[in-house]
Order: sequence, then C-alpha cells, then structure tokens
Amino acid sequence: MIPSKFDYVRPNSVDEAVAALKAGGEDSKVITGGQSMLPLLRLRLAAPSVLVDCARIDEMKGVKDNGDSVTIGAATTHWDVLHNDIVKTHVKLLADATATVADPQVRHRGTFGGALAHGDPAGDLPAVVLALDATMEIAGAKGRRQVAAKDFFVDYFTTAVGPDEILVSITIPKLGKGWGTCYEKFNRTASGWAVVGVAAAVKVEGGKITDARIGLTNCAAVPVRASSVESALKGASASAAEIEVASQSAAEGTRATSDLAADKEYREHLMRVITARAVSCAAGA
Amino acid sequence: MTKVSITVDGVLHESEVEPRTLLVHYLREQVGKVGTVVGCDTSSCGACTILLDGRSAKSCSVLAVQADGSSVTTIEGLAGDEWHPVQAAFKECHGLQCGYCTPGMVLSAVDLLSENPNPSEAEIREGLEGNLCRCTGYHNIVKSVALAAQTMKGGK
Ligand SMILES: Cc1cc2nc3c(=O)[nH]c(=O)nc-3n(C[C@H](O)[C@H](O)[C@H](O)COP(=O)(O)OP(=O)(O)OC[C@H]3O[C@@H](n4cnc5c(N)ncnc54)[C@H](O)[C@@H]3O)c2cc1C
Ligand code: FES
Ligand code: FES
Repeated sequence: MIPSKFDYVRPNSVDEAVAALKAGGEDSKVITGGQSMLPLLRLRLAAPSVLVDCARIDEMKGVKDNGDSVTIGAATTHWDVLHNDIVKTHVKLLADATATVADPQVRHRGTFGGALAHGDPAGDLPAVVLALDATMEIAGAKGRRQVAAKDFFVDYFTTAVGPDEILVSITIPKLGKGWGTCYEKFNRTASGWAVVGVAAAVKVEGGKITDARIGLTNCAAVPVRASSVESALKGASASAAEIEVASQSAAEGTRATSDLAADKEYREHLMRVITARAVSCAAGA
Repeated sequence: MTKVSITVDGVLHESEVEPRTLLVHYLREQVGKVGTVVGCDTSSCGACTILLDGRSAKSCSVLAVQADGSSVTTIEGLAGDEWHPVQAAFKECHGLQCGYCTPGMVLSAVDLLSENPNPSEAEIREGLEGNLCRCTGYHNIVKSVALAAQTMKGGK
C-alpha cells in the first residue's frame, strides 16, 4: 500500500532534529533506518504528519572506545555494528545478537538505536543492552538525560524516549577479565524473529561461576532479566549439569503470552532450555 | 514535493518526489526501471532488492527522499556488454523458474559475493535469507551463486 501523506525533514544535528520534532507537533516521528517504520507506513499503521530523518546526523553514528565502556551512536546501522572492531573485541554479545537480526538488506539500513527505540518485545537487541547494563542518552528540548536500560523499556513498543525526544547514543560498560557471553535464539526457520532469545554474560573464576547477567527476549512486554537464575548461578560450578539446574527458574518474573509461534507453557519451557544453552555457551561448559 | 538527486544505473536523475514515494515506485514509475519488482507488503520477500551505495537494500522499505544523493544499481544496470557473472550463472544453473524473485536474488548474490568472494553453501543460504522464492526450492539458486563465485574468481 502507499503510505499516507507526510512532510519530511533531514536535519544535520541533534539540536535541529529536536527542534524539528517540536515544530512538527505531536504527530511528528523520527525515522532512521526505516526498517520498522516503512512497513508501518505502508500498512498505514503509522500516519505521521512529519518524518524527521536522523540517519545522517554525524553525532549519532559510529563507535567510540571510552576505556572502560563503549559508546555507539543510535543511528549506527546493524551492518556497521557488525563490522566494527571495537564492538567485536569489547561487546561481542552485541555483535553476536546483531548477526541474528533480520537479513542482510535490513541490516544494511536498520539501526541499533532504531531497534531499541522501537521497543518490539521480539527484538533481539533490547535484551542485550539490558543484560549489559547499558545507558541510553536521550536528547529533548530541555537538554540531554541518561536512562539506564532497566528503566528504558516501558511497555509493548513503548520506551523512555518521549514523543519529542531522540535517542542519541548507547553506552555499554566493558566486561572485565573472566567474562564470556552468548546470544542464543530460538526461531522458526521461515521467520528470523525470536520465539525466545537469551543474552547471557557469565564470569567464571577457577571453574566456578562468580557473576551472571541474563536478558530474555520475547518473554514479556519488555525484555527482562532472569534474576533468579543469575542468583542461582553464583557459586555454581561452570558445568552443564549445574547450569541446567540453575536455569530451571528462568521463567520466574516473566509474563509470557501465547501467539502463533508458541503458547505460554511452551514458551516458558523454551526459556529454561535456551537459558541453559546460552549460559553453558557463555561459560564454556 | 521534495527535490532529490539520485544516480540510477550510472545516470544522475534530478526529480521531484512526494516524501511518501517509496524508492521502488520512484524507480519503476519515474525512472522506468521496471526490472525492480514488488512482491509483498511486509518487507519480507526481497524481490525489490537493489544496491544502494553498493549495499543491498529492499527498495520497498526505503523512501525515495532517504536515497537523495545516493547511487542505486538495479537489475537493469548490472550487465555490461555481457551478462554479469551472477546473471550468467543463474542462466547456466537454471536458478529461476517464473523469474519474479530473480532481480532481487541476483542483486543479493552480488552483494554477498562482494563481501565474501568464496562463500560456503551455508553462507550462500544465509546471505540470501532476505529473499524468498516460491518456485525453485532454492537449490539451483544456491548452485548458481556458487558457480558465479567460481567464475568471478577466474577474473571474469
Ligand atoms: C523483514 C524484517 C525482519 C526483521 N527481523 C528482525 C529480527 O530478527 N530481530 C530484530 O531484533 N529485529 C528484526 N527486524 C527489525 C529491525 O531490527 C528493525 O526494523 C530496525 O533495526 C529498526 O531500526 P530502524 O533504524 O530501521 O528504525 P526505524 O524504522 O527508522 O524506526 C523505528 C521506530 O523507532 C523510532 N526511532 C528510530 N530511531 C530513533 C532514535 N534515534 N530516537 C528516537 N526514536 C527513534 C522511530 O520513530 C520508529 O518509531 C526485522 C525487520 C524486518 C523488516
Ligand atoms: S517487495 Fe517484498 S521486500 Fe520489498
Ligand atoms: S523463480 Fe519464481 S519466485 Fe523464484
């Protein structure tokens, strides 16, 4: 279908973009890669009055190494994330999860920030930033603010980014020595979308797990941490058997729904199985 | 209307478009590149795949205004005096039946081979993940891409 009519502006800076959103009124919308927006526009599920194209704002692109953390511009494409050496070395979990997102064409255009701001419960990257305790920088008319990943995802397709705000960048702390990571995704062959996805970061010292961070994809309206598995893992040996036992509580605190891909019960079963797989892989078990 | 300048298959076009114009409609209706086709309404099928500044993209999922200043290669601009090796390989290996998915398949294959000149069968299948074919069952498409990789290595 052909989208309904809208105006289009392509600002050169974050300040200009914020001003354009404000000037456009409540129906103005950001577009970066457009890989979620274009399908919505075509089906007329979105009918913005103005689209503010942030894809060419230099400040919102690229990857910076800050020493103990990495900052990634929100408009950096999935493809650029995948091909970035800083990401590959220091945020491998993000690279691994991004490699499972969609297909080459979508990865060439879709952006890291777009995938987070969209707030799709089935999106792979929200669970990654939640597991890694990332911080988002959001710009609005009143200036910039920092929002922790745990406060960023509010509800289905709803994030902390207000209608007149822009997600500028994402800062991810580096994991120190001894940490291993893994993104494990269960999907149907014909569709790349996760039925359940698990982003795991595990610290192993002397054969024992001393710390664990686990983010779950598509297990609630927002990504959730498998907190009780995280606690159960602490002190466990990095063996497949102990990891499997600890992973039995993976569905605690989730709010799985039933859909065409899986009913609630099966999805909860998958959470336990895929969590065990992701943690074992991250721990090298 | 918004002014855009887009280079399509090597020719610069200065045009006026409505912001809501999809790149695929611009290419087909304003530039006449009807080799680029639309197969779905959900960004899934990849029939509309073009190269945008050298990388594959679904032209149904890009606004023409987003491509302002960019360079597009459609299936019509791929061949020189002879078929592009990927096109030749699709012909040789019978990599198509109805042909509807073919423009997109070929351009995705060109993109894949530019990044990975020597793909395994699994890498070919993954590289074509964004393209659906309702006819061939994919086997001959995968063979075509493998053959193209070989001929391109031969310096063709
Ligand atoms: C065929 C297909 C398959 C896919 N498969 C997967 C998959 O397997 N896993 C997965 O995780 N995703 C998948 N996706 C989704 C894809 O990851 C997202 O479409 C894409 O990355 C979103 O980024 P974008 O830049 O294209 O966002 P856009 O489409 O430009 O925007 C999406 C939304 O976010 C808002 N937005 C974008 N950027 C900003 C910003 N900087 N600040 C504030 N708001 C912003 C927009 O206003 C809009 O509401 C798939 C998409 C398609 C089309
Ligand atoms: S027409 Fe199907 S993906 Fe573009
Ligand atoms: S040849 Fe008919 S859809 Fe692929």
